Amino acid sequence: MINKSDDIIVMTIARLIIPFIQLYALYVLMHGHYSPGGGFQGGVILGASFILLIITHGIVEARKKISKKAITLFSSFGVFIYAGIGALCLILSGNYLDYGYLSKILHVDAAHARSLGILGVETGVGLAVMAVMVSIFINISSFGESAPENNTDEEE
Amino acid sequence: MITPFNFIIMIFVLICAITAITVKDLLSAVVILGAYSFFMCLLWAEMGAVDVAFTEASVSSGIGTILMVVAIIKTTRRSKD
Repeated sequence: MINKSDDIIVMTIARLIIPFIQLYALYVLMHGHYSPGGGFQGGVILGASFILLIITHGIVEARKKISKKAITLFSSFGVFIYAGIGALCLILSGNYLDYGYLSKILHVDAAHARSLGILGVETGVGLAVMAVMVSIFINISSFGESAPENNTDEEE
Repeated sequence: MITPFNFIIMIFVLICAITAITVKDLLSAVVILGAYSFFMCLLWAEMGAVDVAFTEASVSSGIGTILMVVAIIKTTRRSKD
């Protein structure tokens, strides 16, 4: 289990830099369809910001920001967004992930609907990748034990 | 494409790769492997594959290094062989 750092410089720098890392991750995610980047890279950078929070502020403090239930919810909700947009195109008489048919419910032309569709899919990918990266890191750093919010009293 | 720049980066990639598998301290090996991925990222970017370079920099040089550092903290730092 990772404990809280006792160095004020490390904690202050981490607290200052984490919002900018997350803002950059959102920039990479939003501009993924016409510049380098995209859902996977944005999600990894977003997960790295949470990992930086866990390293510097300890896992107990980080659990207040992103709980175990939130990680599970985000990882499945990202996959749900991806598959849901694909199935929505299937319902609207198109192929799977054929975003052009989304123009019937979005009331825009087909080219704009494709741009919005790929943005929605990449948001789903980014959420899932972020949650899974944080989950892998927490599981490695705690030997796969359950979260400290469950076993604080009996084991320590 | 700038050929001399390519060769310089290739030499750095080779040095980092050979050092990472010969060094005894595993934490040093992980840090050198991070440097290896960063030089690899420079090589991808210089060859025009900017998206691959982005993935290499964020995944291999960021998340991969931190996962291996955590694994070393949880196991042993010295190599047995």
